[in-house]
Amino acid sequence: MNSLLEVTDLQVSFYTYAGEVQAVRDVSFSLGKGETLAIVGESGSGKSVTSKSIMRLLAKSAKIKNGSIRFEGKELASLPEKQMQNIRGKDISMIFQDPMTSLNPTMTIGKQITEVLRKHQNMGRDAAAKRAVELLNQVGIPNPEKRLKQYPHQLSGGMRQRVVIAIALACNPKVIIADEPTTALDVTIQAQILELMNRLQDQMGTSIILITHDLGVVANMASRVAVMYAGKIVETGTVDEIFYESRHPYTWGLLASMPKLHEKSDELQAIPGTPPDLSDPPKGCPFAARCPYAMEICYEQMPSYTEHTGTHRAACWLQDSRAPKVERPLAAGGER
Amino acid sequence: MNTEKKPLVEVSHLKRYFDVGRGQILKAVDDVSFEIYPGETFGLVGESGCGKSTLGRTLIRLYDATSGTATFKGSPIHGSKSKSEMKQLRRDIQMIFQDPYASLNQRMTVTDIIAEGIDAHGLAKNRKERLEMVHALLDTVGLNRSHAERFPHEFSGGQRQRIGIARALAVNPSFIIADEPISALDVSIQAQVVNLMKKLQRERGLTYLFIAHDLSMVKHISDRIAVMYLGGMVELCESDELFDNPLHPYTKTLLSAIPLPDPKLERSRERMVLQGDLPSPINPPSGCRFRTRCPFAMEVCASETPKWQEASKGHYVACHLYNGEQAGTAAKPDSQGVDHHELV
Repeated sequence: MNSLLEVTDLQVSFYTYAGEVQAVRDVSFSLGKGETLAIVGESGSGKSVTSKSIMRLLAKSAKIKNGSIRFEGKELASLPEKQMQNIRGKDISMIFQDPMTSLNPTMTIGKQITEVLRKHQNMGRDAAAKRAVELLNQVGIPNPEKRLKQYPHQLSGGMRQRVVIAIALACNPKVIIADEPTTALDVTIQAQILELMNRLQDQMGTSIILITHDLGVVANMASRVAVMYAGKIVETGTVDEIFYESRHPYTWGLLASMPKLHEKSDELQAIPGTPPDLSDPPKGCPFAARCPYAMEICYEQMPSYTEHTGTHRAACWLQDSRAPKVERPLAAGGER
Repeated sequence: MNTEKKPLVEVSHLKRYFDVGRGQILKAVDDVSFEIYPGETFGLVGESGCGKSTLGRTLIRLYDATSGTATFKGSPIHGSKSKSEMKQLRRDIQMIFQDPYASLNQRMTVTDIIAEGIDAHGLAKNRKERLEMVHALLDTVGLNRSHAERFPHEFSGGQRQRIGIARALAVNPSFIIADEPISALDVSIQAQVVNLMKKLQRERGLTYLFIAHDLSMVKHISDRIAVMYLGGMVELCESDELFDNPLHPYTKTLLSAIPLPDPKLERSRERMVLQGDLPSPINPPSGCRFRTRCPFAMEVCASETPKWQEASKGHYVACHLYNGEQAGTAAKPDSQGVDHHELV
């Protein structure tokens, strides 16, 4: 595939007073032009840390230990901060979760949008203001001229998220990283924002990395999915492969724990237990302790990836030819 | 469902207004009426700012009612009550809060958090009995007895919510108000907490008011569901009925907005996307409050507030589209836009 961004064997650790926490452990994926890759997982699975590593926005206590992040032939993992600043916000930009905190409350909307344009595109004051109006129109904010003079607190949550999207789009980036872009929004506003993001992507051909825990949002937006658990990608495939032909018990568990609108069942299929502590990760498969199909080997050794199709692979010992056959549970969806 | 039974909670024309200064009144809850029957789970959904949390807090008397009445087991919740009546009420109604990180005192051990109600009501004769009660509660909510002497920061979100549930159960309530109890949790943990709440309901015959904005989870747990918009109730019926046959245009848009975890369905689905934002509850639109965003708004919607009426047995709606004669003048929502079967 013609890939724009290539992450290989990424390892990121946090160094805390209690020791090293291995938040991301050997993560590899690639992002093609115009596609949307969803990274799903629970809190603490390392999905946000992965995205922040790409943007090089990690906290001081965190370090990229190993691995490479190649973007258009450039190695981002070791790029000096000065050069990174020319990429951040221009070639790769980010949409954050909480529009209440990701905008500066002391700056007008206009100032925050034109700031990017003036820095990266060397636009003059007037040209930048004109472009800002265009951008607000593009993201569906009525009365853009008036809005430019307002402060974030004068806007509703949905409007603020539109402003955040406008800032992310300002320099026509090649990649947008959207970290839980709709989690803080109400469901009707979420529908508006998802529609907007899908439309803008069609128009501009931007690649999107979508970080979320909401499988509904994934089904709506993504073309490919990577499922993360305890700092590792346990399964990756096209959106249809993940939703209808998933192979990993954790993916099954995630899909089954969503309530189905069209059927009434008494009990939800919860995944028992909690994720492992990454300051002392298990040496085998991290999901083994919660996995109903766990075998002896699962506790001993991390499984390697088994390729099912060119796009679909899973890291699970059940895929080994010597393992007993386990059928995907019905609650995890898909056809037999 | 339990229509022959006497309601446990009866709410009639309840209003809760807030004075926000400069002579402005915020009508957070404006004239709602409903009943909750013993043993049922009553779901309450709506977007942020619709008044669902205010309603829950008014029912547990964290807020006084501005007007209207709410009764619990036949006696009013608000108004003057003797100390012993108040104490009984506080035992009977308990609350589970949204944010398990903010709702537990980080300086108290799990035992002290759970036993606070036991102490306040003098339910344990001595320290030993108190500890036994705490241990029994920890067993009930699926926590380990060895957790009793730990502090909240040592627990994950799901475990903390279990502590919150144990605290609510400690005084043997019959009615629990759960205000977004799972919104702060991960999907796989949400399922654990919901299953626990259902199990406790079966074992103890609890009645729940389950407040949430996640419709699919509400559908799963509730017997009946009420939908609120901008301080008013727009629809109330049994939970299957709400999903199979939604009447109010707002309910339809809410259902249509939920992204489903099914990519093929998502690709083919026609969405009914609401335009604009929620109007301010300080100065709500005249007549029907939803009319400014409603795709089916008629003239009458601006001039008259729609009546709360029973459209079919047990299915209440406040919308002019279902007003008999007037309904003919506008296209029925089913004939254009969203067909509810698509939602299934």
